[in-house]
Amino acid sequence: MSVVFAAAGPVTLLGFALEGQEATAGQILLWVAVPYAALTIFLAGFCYRVARWAWSPVPFRIPTTCGQQKSLPWIRPASLENPSTGTGALARMTLEILLFRSLFRNNRAELHNGQHVFGESKLLWLGALAFHWALLVIVLRHLRLLVQPVPAFVAVLARWDSFFQIGIPTLYVSDVVVVCAGLYLLLRRWHDPLVRYLSQFADYFVLFLLLGIAGSGILMRYGTRVDLVSVKRLALGLATFHPVIPDGLSAVLLIHLMLVCTLAVYFPFSKLMHMGGVFLSPTRNLANNNRRTRHINPWNYAVKTHTYAEWEGEFREKIKAAGIPLDEAESGGTTSTD
Amino acid sequence: MAEQLVQIDNKPPSGEWRDPKVEFRKGVFCYSAQPKNVTYLGMANPRQWQPFDADWKLPSDWKEIILEGLKDRLKKYRSFRLFMDICVRCGACADKCHFYLGSGDPKNMPVMRAELLRSVYVRYFTASGRLFGAGRELTEDVIKEWFYYFYQCTECRRCSVFCPYGIDTAEITMIGRELLNLIGCNINWILEPAANCFRTGNHLGIQPHAFKDSLEFAADELEEITGIRVELPINRKGAEILFVMPSADYFATPHYFTLLGYMTLFHEIGLDFTYSAFASEGGNFGLFTSHEMTKRLNAKIYEEARRLGVKWILGGECGHMWRVLNQYMDTMNGPADFLEEPVSPITGTRFENARSTRMVHICEFTADLLYNDKIKLAPKRNDDLAVTFHDSCNPSRAMGLLEEPRYILRRACNRFYEMPENTIREQTFCCGSGSGLGTDENLEMRLRGGFPRANAVKYVKEKHGVNLLACICAIDKATLPTLMDYWVPGVQVAGVHELLGNALVMTGEKERTTNLRGEPLPAEVTHA
Repeated sequence: MSVVFAAAGPVTLLGFALEGQEATAGQILLWVAVPYAALTIFLAGFCYRVARWAWSPVPFRIPTTCGQQKSLPWIRPASLENPSTGTGALARMTLEILLFRSLFRNNRAELHNGQHVFGESKLLWLGALAFHWALLVIVLRHLRLLVQPVPAFVAVLARWDSFFQIGIPTLYVSDVVVVCAGLYLLLRRWHDPLVRYLSQFADYFVLFLLLGIAGSGILMRYGTRVDLVSVKRLALGLATFHPVIPDGLSAVLLIHLMLVCTLAVYFPFSKLMHMGGVFLSPTRNLANNNRRTRHINPWNYAVKTHTYAEWEGEFREKIKAAGIPLDEAESGGTTSTD
Repeated sequence: MAEQLVQIDNKPPSGEWRDPKVEFRKGVFCYSAQPKNVTYLGMANPRQWQPFDADWKLPSDWKEIILEGLKDRLKKYRSFRLFMDICVRCGACADKCHFYLGSGDPKNMPVMRAELLRSVYVRYFTASGRLFGAGRELTEDVIKEWFYYFYQCTECRRCSVFCPYGIDTAEITMIGRELLNLIGCNINWILEPAANCFRTGNHLGIQPHAFKDSLEFAADELEEITGIRVELPINRKGAEILFVMPSADYFATPHYFTLLGYMTLFHEIGLDFTYSAFASEGGNFGLFTSHEMTKRLNAKIYEEARRLGVKWILGGECGHMWRVLNQYMDTMNGPADFLEEPVSPITGTRFENARSTRMVHICEFTADLLYNDKIKLAPKRNDDLAVTFHDSCNPSRAMGLLEEPRYILRRACNRFYEMPENTIREQTFCCGSGSGLGTDENLEMRLRGGFPRANAVKYVKEKHGVNLLACICAIDKATLPTLMDYWVPGVQVAGVHELLGNALVMTGEKERTTNLRGEPLPAEVTHA
């Protein structure tokens, strides 16, 4: 990994075209080299981690079944919660990934006068879902900076996202949601004593990082009013591998960019890899057809067992006395047929 | 004493979880495995030791063994590597574990239980650990902590239902126990049954003649109750079906009455079957030891089916037995190409869902009989019972066998009530004694772990007057009675097929005056 890191910087600098402008080495480093290096690390690291999971075998078929199995024809199976086919498993995964199905089950166990009560607890689900969807919308919206002409769906998305038409520039709903949901997730870690106990530095760090990115982005859009044309020139230059450093790039933009780069570099080494991992979880992405179709373990190996012949050998007299049929002839001549 | 235990303290946890020190207090841990059992199974480091000893007499290279074992398992199990990597510590699992709910110990939150192992993984197997010292160093105290908490998890998978990534603590605990077994840190309540099972074919170490005696004794009792003598085919070649049950069914109560239930049923439908004194155990304590031991102990079932030349296999009521049969057996010891696709000889129903493994759950089999009206029931005989159903962890979360037992119960009993929805079906609470922890020296922890289950029973007892907890698991039957006596006195425990056997009207039976337990039937039945 460190090799990639070391190589990415110089290579990018070599291929860098100045387009006749005067840029200092420092500018090139920050606006061009670091983003390319970060992107390289992100892509290489992400692929490496996912490939490593994908290459490890799945020796056993171990879906967690969350509903009725498919057995007798007159019993209705829970085809989404306990899929018996690949299509069903795909549908289950779709629900997990797009709607966080399992998190939706969440409840809160509390003792009231010696009686367990399982209260509704959908806030975590709502907060997490809102956070992730808002992040996705924001990432997709950024395509308008990276692609020319702007894809139609990005324009439509931005129009929907500014549905409420508040202020100028119009307020994006996703910006509000990502900050609110992010703050909720952060405050929850502090506020809930259980979650505070189990939270680690890394858990806070990614939230701060994502909120920092969102905050600096929001500041540019609604506060310092960044020069969009130059941002787009920069972004498009990077995206088309013809980097330029236009005039008028602000310090906030640099902060925003550096935070994004930090995130990209940190991503493959962190729990954020759940983004790739969620697709590969063997308790969710396998159909519960264990008894219908044999699952193969690639490293299945022979083990020492206690065979029937050994068993009969040890207990022969007792088996005979009990009148239970023996395999071996009374004379003791032949052995078990298998 | 009940009042003392109710003081379950779920106050905000304090302290630093990285400190691995644990206290082996009487009542909350299991004793070590006897050297003779470790030796018999050919496992590592047999010795006399106990968890409360300061010196665990680990092999001198224990650390290398653990790290090497960890590395090996990261390569072999995608589940393990993935679950080590992707937890975001969202905390959804925190209050889903019965041991956390009953003990209030924050390291019993599934996320923390996994973190005990994850922190070592991070230190030794990831860049952040190697370069920046993230995670925790592996010390003897960490081993003791693993032992304490990995034998305080019943591998019930409830947390996995709620995890947004499906992280299954059972997988982590199973690997954790495998690692501990590599350096000889194991418990006797698991290894003794495993050693017995390897030698005699069953956990209780029952030898063939005693197996037969036990079945004969059951047949005698059944004859007294019903006036009918049932047949006892044992190791009979050429039978159509091999019947495999957990050994507790023929040697422990209240399991025994479930056996009587099977016997009435098989006789009434004239099933062409055989018991086996060799495959005399469907349960598999290898599952609580290692994947290899699971395979070693499971092998006899297919071996015996092949030897006897049966067409397919029918399995009795047992929880972890069915985890192995449903999710591991075919993969480990198959293919079962010497058997035929299971078809009910009575109804002609083809059990499509068991097409490859060729083993059918008795509840699937019986539900099919009932649906096709092949047997006659007098549910009135169960009228003195207000019944609720405890879904056993493995049939519910590793199989999805939810409706079949309920269908049987609804047909066999007039008074059936469900516990609250967050405590049944895929959200069922463990008995607190599964995965080999059902030993008496661990009683306090068992009662704590079983508290959420008992609490839900208490609810239906108060609301509907429930006095019987039905289940389909041998460990449940062995440990729920203690749990009920402690938390919900007055509730008995029974297998589903015991209640079926009570209600089953057998051709030519004498007028029954008692149920299968020998207790008088409700007055309105006998005087009707």
